[in-house]
Amino acid sequence: MMYTDKVIDQFQNPRNVGEIADADGVGEVGSPACGDIMKMFLKIENDVIVDVKFKTFGCGAAVATSSVATEMIMGKTLEEAEKLTNSMVVDELGGLPQEKVHCSVLAEQAIKAAIKDYRSKHGQD
Amino acid sequence: MQRRYFDYAATTPLDKEVLAAMIPHLEENFGNPSSVYSYGREAKKAIDEARDKVAHAIGADPKEVYFTSGGTESDNWAIIGTAYAKKKKGNHIITTSVEHHAVLHTCKYLEKQGFEVTYLPVDEYGMVDPKTVEENIKDNTILISVMFANNEIGTIQPIAEIGKIAKDRGVLFHTDAVQALGSVKIDVNELNVDLLSISSHKIYGPKGIGALYIRKGVKIDNLIHGGGQEKKKRAGTENTPAIVGFAKACELAVENLESYAQRSAKLRDRLIHGILESIPEVRLNGHPTQRLPGNVNVSIKYIEGESILLSLDLIGIAASSGSACTSGALDPSHVLLAIGLSHEIAHGSLRFSIGKYTTDEEVDFVLEKLPTIIQRLRDMSPLYNS
Repeated sequence: MMYTDKVIDQFQNPRNVGEIADADGVGEVGSPACGDIMKMFLKIENDVIVDVKFKTFGCGAAVATSSVATEMIMGKTLEEAEKLTNSMVVDELGGLPQEKVHCSVLAEQAIKAAIKDYRSKHGQD
Repeated sequence: MQRRYFDYAATTPLDKEVLAAMIPHLEENFGNPSSVYSYGREAKKAIDEARDKVAHAIGADPKEVYFTSGGTESDNWAIIGTAYAKKKKGNHIITTSVEHHAVLHTCKYLEKQGFEVTYLPVDEYGMVDPKTVEENIKDNTILISVMFANNEIGTIQPIAEIGKIAKDRGVLFHTDAVQALGSVKIDVNELNVDLLSISSHKIYGPKGIGALYIRKGVKIDNLIHGGGQEKKKRAGTENTPAIVGFAKACELAVENLESYAQRSAKLRDRLIHGILESIPEVRLNGHPTQRLPGNVNVSIKYIEGESILLSLDLIGIAASSGSACTSGALDPSHVLLAIGLSHEIAHGSLRFSIGKYTTDEEVDFVLEKLPTIIQRLRDMSPLYNS
């Protein structure tokens, strides 16, 4: 199997799947035509991410990177979460096949899009 | 964990009878068929007998059968060999948009060498219209190459009809019959083909061996140069054990063709109907009736193929997908796009191919587990609103 055990675990038992009905920030990246869509929902209190959920259409790596990224930003301040990079996501998963690295980029972008959405709604942009 | 294999279109396990036929040629009968002493003569005899069996499987004369390394080489040889041999007559080749990459990439290569290639469209079932073939023949057309049966969606083309058109118009006709061998009756004369590619590992034979049928009188250039093997048409010391194994696999395939096709079609139909009945928003790809007896190809909306494959693999089911994520490419299967599927639907395709070791219990297992997997992935998908 080309995926690490951590990727398989995150794919098989994804954390934080779902939607937040009254999310403070929502970010969506990718397109169905490309085969990947990631949607992130953030609940924010005092600039801290107190809840995060995701929905993903995509391959095993897309699900795993979404899942692990939500774990990595939970409880973080927005400033800290904005510093999350795709390389950090890949490292956390113990590596990804080269052709799947773009999934980690989407995870990073989805989080940044959700934070941007929050900031724009709160006049912080 | 018990494993269940549903990817016979990709490759098949070696039949025990095939292995038994090969062993003596891996051990004591190891001679080089080109050698004059008894070791060589024994190997040569085994190859001659094997050629008879392979020829019998496709209704050919043994002199018209040339062993190759497999389907890809056969396709390359048929197309490049014809193109180079006929370039004074013309430079136009007709093929289809749903061919295997062994044909498509070869045609692309020839385009770079100055040849002109017409890629015919197919209908929503992946079927080529013989009239379209005829309409596209030009004075400079030197070859028509249309696959016998599609490896992804299982559609069986009207080869005899296309062959008749090619024959009437004096154009050479090649068919890639790699997926058809062992599943559908093949008779090169009834089909009016001049060149036909087959491969061993799709019919429970060893990998790395195949054949190209070249009709008597048809001249094509050599692809592999070197010694005088295969009547000076394909150089390289013959792989005697593989050739013997391929022949045995052909013998068994022909012997059991009817019972295999009936049994597979029954399992196939049960799997198709079971999936369509238990999972909403699923599309059957390929022709509803003119399809390989072992092929099931469906597109499951709102989810992506690789994630289905991975979920199936985690419970021991091996299947295949036309998803781009499986291959690391950007676009999903060219075949699924050619039959008119949108990218997002094509991304969610799944192929189960049934073989002679597939059981009712295995089909039941897929039908029991697949709906749960699909629901789990759909629940995770932002495209799906339950």
